[in-house]
Amino acid sequence: MIVRGLAHLGWTLRVVVADIGHAARLFWQLLCCAPSCLRRFGLVRDQMHFLGNYSLALISVSGLFVGFVLGLQGYYTLQRYGSASALGLLVALSLVRELGPVVSALLFAGRAGTSLTAEIGLMKAGEQLSAMEMMAIDPVRRILAPRFWAGVLVMPILSAVFSAVGILGGWVVGVLMIGVDSGSFWGQMQSGVDVWRDVGNGVVKSLVFGTTVSFVALRQGFEAQPTPEGVARATTRTVVLASLSVLALDFVLTALMFTI
Amino acid sequence: MQRSNNDIWVGLLVLIGAAALLFLALQSANLLSLSFQKTYQVTALFDNIGGLKKQAAVKSAGVVVGRVKNIVFDSKTYQAKVVMAIEVQHQFPKDSSLKILTSGLLGEQYIGIEAGAEEKILVEGDKLQDTQSAVVLENLISRFLYNKAAEPADNTEVK
Repeated sequence: MIVRGLAHLGWTLRVVVADIGHAARLFWQLLCCAPSCLRRFGLVRDQMHFLGNYSLALISVSGLFVGFVLGLQGYYTLQRYGSASALGLLVALSLVRELGPVVSALLFAGRAGTSLTAEIGLMKAGEQLSAMEMMAIDPVRRILAPRFWAGVLVMPILSAVFSAVGILGGWVVGVLMIGVDSGSFWGQMQSGVDVWRDVGNGVVKSLVFGTTVSFVALRQGFEAQPTPEGVARATTRTVVLASLSVLALDFVLTALMFTI
Repeated sequence: MQRSNNDIWVGLLVLIGAAALLFLALQSANLLSLSFQKTYQVTALFDNIGGLKKQAAVKSAGVVVGRVKNIVFDSKTYQAKVVMAIEVQHQFPKDSSLKILTSGLLGEQYIGIEAGAEEKILVEGDKLQDTQSAVVLENLISRFLYNKAAEPADNTEVK
């Protein structure tokens, strides 16, 4: 009984470690495909179009509403302490540092990550990937790598758009609707937000999240059971895993970047 | 490389992203106001710097003329040694005085520099002598209470 339990534990551990190793190998392979992706940038461009342009509307509308809410909620809180003039700073810092990268990564996982997983999973189910291998075409290089690099490149763009639109949303609510002084809104923001510390770290964060989300999505699709249920399960796992790892990584990155 | 319609759209996406970043850098972080001007460094010893931080402004007559570069504790004099970088076009007499001030009631602290009367001007590496510490609220309150307690309680005697 005990021996069997131990054996089971050992086996599970072995599977988990092997899984991590396999994921790391795939990740390394994707990284090594960077030069070939640059050489055939057309493939990456098409994926950027698919992942980026079609997510743009979702990202900017969400950013606008997040900015609205931040402006409204921030105003109610700040006004209690008589410092409603710091509204711009509050909106800009929370968007640039945290909400921009994180929320756009979560939206990206839902909007683009799932479609990547489903696409690759169905390719696998339809044995297209095997067929490519038979023709001596490496599916990692031809199919996975362009999608991966497109995701990595597109994420900072989307996150910057999210933050910029969000700040404009906060401005609309704070200045135009509530009537916070426009000068102090922008002035406090400009004196409190640092280009490298805040905006730069936000870009670094979004690069990390882009890497995470697209890698998780591609790996789930690549490892999916080649059945309809398998693809469905893989898609679900993509959203769960990608969102959780984005949030966990955000905590780690924030702890690394913004500790004084 | 083959051309396709996607080129335009992806190019547009990249341009929008660049515009958003530029907006963040210029409008919210005010990159242009970062001064790349030449500065000279001067040091000063303060008894107490309160909540002064690195990168705090050095202002004269309310105008920013420099930044606090570094703050260290001087274990010989038990004072805080503050290194400031002042822009070269702003020149101050050697006997200028420094004060740690607070912008608003709860605002951040900065150093106010008041010009002295001497002919010689500050140069790189100079040490300013005339400094005034930050006002620590607790000290102020305790002094006030102490004075109150020391006062003869004449109100009660009248009655």
